[in-house]
Amino acid sequence: MWKWLHPYAKPERAYQLCVTLQPYFLWPGILCLVAGSIWGLAFAPQDYQQGDSFRIIYIHVPSAILSMSTYVAMAVAALVGTVWQWRTAFMAMIAMAPIGAVVTFIALFTGAAWGKPMWGTWWVWDARLTSELILLFLYLGVIALYGAFEDKQQAGKAAGVMALVGVVNVPIIHYSVEWWNTLHQGATISKFDKPSIAPEMLWPLLIALVGLALFIAAVTVMRMKNEIIRREYHRPWVKDLAARALGGDHAV
Amino acid sequence: MQFDSLHDFLAMGGYALYVWLSFGVSLLALVWVVLDSASTHKKLLRNAREEQARQARIAAARKAQAVHSESQQTGS
Repeated sequence: MWKWLHPYAKPERAYQLCVTLQPYFLWPGILCLVAGSIWGLAFAPQDYQQGDSFRIIYIHVPSAILSMSTYVAMAVAALVGTVWQWRTAFMAMIAMAPIGAVVTFIALFTGAAWGKPMWGTWWVWDARLTSELILLFLYLGVIALYGAFEDKQQAGKAAGVMALVGVVNVPIIHYSVEWWNTLHQGATISKFDKPSIAPEMLWPLLIALVGLALFIAAVTVMRMKNEIIRREYHRPWVKDLAARALGGDHAV
Repeated sequence: MQFDSLHDFLAMGGYALYVWLSFGVSLLALVWVVLDSASTHKKLLRNAREEQARQARIAAARKAQAVHSESQQTGS
């Protein structure tokens, strides 16, 4: 049943797959991000309480949701790598970590810039904000731990354990607004109920969410390509690739 | 359009600093991560080519040396 998947464990095939997928993720992703932002910034109606400051939602909520989704995806890759000893799975894990960290940073930063006018403070040490900050540290920890090992198979194992242990933080972030008293409002769209937001505000939000998800996938694929080359740089197919990509630039 | 003029749009109902700061920093962060990935890609390919050229030179030098010592042995 899973046999079709096996060739992709081979680095060269995985690389080709990344090359094929990249444009399908990158351009629709950028398009949706631009469309969602313009719709959200200029055409969505004002919030009756927050005025125009609520427009930060169009990056804050997608980045916050996807910072967690990306972490889960990274942990799944770590699990696959740990259980089945797939080298490519660890490469996928470390390919996702930097964009995950950037998206988490964006969620924290836009949250601060939204909190200042609405709550009167850039930062409070409450459950939602602190657990999201811990998520950023987990991403950075995975990157640092992976970088600390010369042997990348060892590095993948060590960083994989950290990624797996850190998963416990994801439900804590999600339920933090219910479990503790916090300044942060409850869930608006990520709940098992009708979203409590007007459709003309919701649509641009969903488009931005899809756009950022595709963008994260595109960056993951780009970095996956880099990880494959890093591990395979002595192989003939990488030499051919370099000759094709760098063209007549014979610097050596 | 929710705004009457470009000026209104840029003013964001008095929240210009926070809204544009958020969107600006997010844009910079996303652009940075793409540029970093692309430049790493180029660097890795260049390294791979240099390393493989070095290996080829070493192999060629070894071969030349082997031929040289062989001809010396037969000559003496």
